[in-house]
Formats: sequence, structure tokens, C-alpha cells
Amino acid sequence: MIIGIVNYGLGNIRSIKNALSEYKVILVDNEESLLTVDVLILPGVGAFGFAMENLRSLGLVDAIRGFAKSGKRLIGICLGMQLLYESSFEHGEFEGLGILKGKVIELPNTEVIPHMGWNRLTVAQPSEGLYTNQYMYFVHSYYVVEEDENQIVASTFYGAKIPAIVKKDNIIGFQGHPEKSGNEGQQWLKMAVEGKL
Amino acid sequence: MSDLAKRIIPCLDIVNGNVAKGIKFEAVKAIGDPIELAVYYQNEGADELVFYDINATVEMRSTFINLVERIAETIKIPFTVGGGIRTVDDIYNALLSGADKVSVNSAAILNPEIIYQGAKRFGNQCMVASMDVRKLGEEYFVYTHGGKNRTTYNAIDWAKRCETLGAGELVINAIDQDGVKKGYDLALMQQIREVVNIPIIASGGAGNMKDFEDLFELDAADGAIAASIFHYKTLAIPSLKSRLSRSGIVIREVM
Repeated sequence: MIIGIVNYGLGNIRSIKNALSEYKVILVDNEESLLTVDVLILPGVGAFGFAMENLRSLGLVDAIRGFAKSGKRLIGICLGMQLLYESSFEHGEFEGLGILKGKVIELPNTEVIPHMGWNRLTVAQPSEGLYTNQYMYFVHSYYVVEEDENQIVASTFYGAKIPAIVKKDNIIGFQGHPEKSGNEGQQWLKMAVEGKL
Repeated sequence: MSDLAKRIIPCLDIVNGNVAKGIKFEAVKAIGDPIELAVYYQNEGADELVFYDINATVEMRSTFINLVERIAETIKIPFTVGGGIRTVDDIYNALLSGADKVSVNSAAILNPEIIYQGAKRFGNQCMVASMDVRKLGEEYFVYTHGGKNRTTYNAIDWAKRCETLGAGELVINAIDQDGVKKGYDLALMQQIREVVNIPIIASGGAGNMKDFEDLFELDAADGAIAASIFHYKTLAIPSLKSRLSRSGIVIREVM
């Protein structure tokens, strides 16, 4: 199994790569290399619009959409998860990849922002290694309004219900950072990669 | 009520590749190997770690960056690096080496734009504005160069300015409390809390469990940094966390 991590500027690529050190991992920055991988991870930090622009300039927008349709596993992390959705209202309005249905909006300003640190999970679809009351490390200021409640595997609460792990068939999203969430987080990432989530 | 846990953050001051801790920024004493200590704290349940490059001379810079890479390869929790960050390129190098956040202190006083530029380029989540604060009369002032030089900045105003510039987090280091174990400067944290809406990490003064409890019960900060009490094993993180949890503070306990 070859895992590809989309490299489109500065992300937390090194940490994700370290977390998956037992697998063969390559960096993907063009359509050609994307077609060689079995699992694709879309990481991301920074602004939504900027990230989409980078993906577009690398010719990866349609390639990622095509990858999602192929049935191979596609995993979005943090901003990478948000990019899977239809649109974002981060500093304007931007079109996303539209692989999942929903939009990305600002966290309620009743809370300290960014939502930074370890927050408790409520798990709607438990599996071995993932259960309610585990903690995930989050760093974000925007969150996904998921249209289909059934796709929320785990959520957390921060002024609103925040989807923490979402899944639709072969598509998985982590709003938090599994690669930074200690041993449990590394376990979730492996489960996602191996289709056990 | 949010379930976001209050963070316990050991701070590792790095001198010549080793962990050191000074009392009131003087009398630096070597303690141990940074990687060993980082893994130890991670396993004990530390929520994050901070590494400060204390001497930060140009020639020692690559040693520190090399250490940052080794830390990133080893630990599975977030960490911040600081000390000697002067330019946006320094920020880029630290992030590229695997740091999750970069802390700027003196450089931001000399050139506040560095916070704005760093946040714009890498996102505000990775820009930590750290400030050394000392009370003079009734007013809090920002100091630079390890507390040696007083600036004209009022600490509360400066905190607000850092937020406006794009900092995603503040580390408030009360110098008078540093290493003297009299507790965090709660009044200072609360005053800053009133004017900003980004996370606040308190630093300087932790001497016992009650100091953490007081800080979090007042919700005066989102996290607490401490060094010597952890390094000298005056206080173990698991017992600190279980006490805080029993007091009703949301805390992540590691089984």
C-alpha cells in the first residue's frame, strides 16, 4: 500500500509522515504521482481560499475529485477536511472540492478563538480504539456544518457541535490532528488509512 | 460549557543542546537531554511542550534546528519553539523542521510586523506572541532580552496589539514570578483576558498544585507553562492532573 500526502505548500506534512512511518509514504504534488497511490491524505493549515488556489495551480482539484470517485481512501485533516466540502466563508466565500455536502463557517465568537487544545470526543459510531471521552487535539477557527448527521463519526463541543471525524464511504475527515493526538491519535490515523474506522 | 481541556505545558530551555533552567533568568543549570525529557513528559500526560533556544547565537542556530527535527520525529503531541526568532524565514525554518507553533518575543517588540507577516503566510494558529512582563508601580510593562530591558509598552495594550496583528495565542511570562514559586500572576492574566479573545498561556511562578488550580478555577488562562517544578520532580504531571480533575477543572488525563 502506498500512501500519498498532498504537498501544496506548508502543512503539517512532516508530522503526518512520521505518524505513518511504518508505511510507504510519498509526497504528491501533481496528477501523475496522485494516480500511483492507494490512499491519499490531504493535510492543511492556513486559509481555505489560498489552499484551493494552490491545489488549482498544481492541477490537483479535478484529480482529487476523481480520486474520491475511484473508491480509494481519501483522508482530509484539519483544513484538508474542510476543503472536502462545498464552500467556505473564511475571509470571503470560496468554492471547495465539493466531495462532501456542507459548508465551512466561523466558530461562535462566544468562545476563545482559535479552538486550540485537547477537546473531548462524543463518538456516534464507535470502533475498536475510538470511543467517547477520548481527547483529540484541535487547532482551527472555522468548522464544518455537515448536512448529513449520519456521516458524523465523532464530534466535540466548542460553542457549537463540531464534527471531529466524518466518514462517507471511502472519504474520511478529521477536524483535529490525529498525528498530534498522542498514541490514540496515531491509532485513529492508522485505522483511517487501513479502512478500519 | 466547553469540554476543551486546560493545558499543562512543560517548558524546556535549551542551552548548547541541553535542557537548562534559570532562576529569574540567571544561574542557568544543566538538567538533561531534551529528547529524553520530551518523551518523558509526553508519556506523563503533558498536553504540549515548549522549547526555548536560550543563547540563540547564529552558530548555535543549526544545532537547535537539528534538535527541533529530532523532537518532531520523536513526539506525538504539539510543540512550540521560541528564542532567536527574528525573521519570517526563521519562522519558516522552525515550522519546516516540524514545530507546530513558533513563539516570538523580543523580535515582535522591535518589529511588530513579524507577527502580521507570519500569520498571513503560515496562519495565525502557529503564531504565538510571548511577552515578558514586570510590574512597575501599578502598571505592567513589557520587557525584552530576558527581562533586562524595559520597553515603553503597557502589557495589556501590547497583548491586544499582538491579537490584532494576528497572533493565535499569547504566552504571558510574569518575570517577577519566574522561578520563585509564588504562583501565577492572576491579576495580570485576568486583565489581559478582558481585552483579548485568543488563548492565553500563563507562565512564571508555579510552585505547587494549588497555583494551577487557582489559575484555572478563575479561568484566567487556557494553559499553564512550568519548568523547574517538573524538571526537579517537585510535582508529577499525573498527580497534578488528577487533582485538577477532582476539583472540577476540565483536564485530559492520560491512562
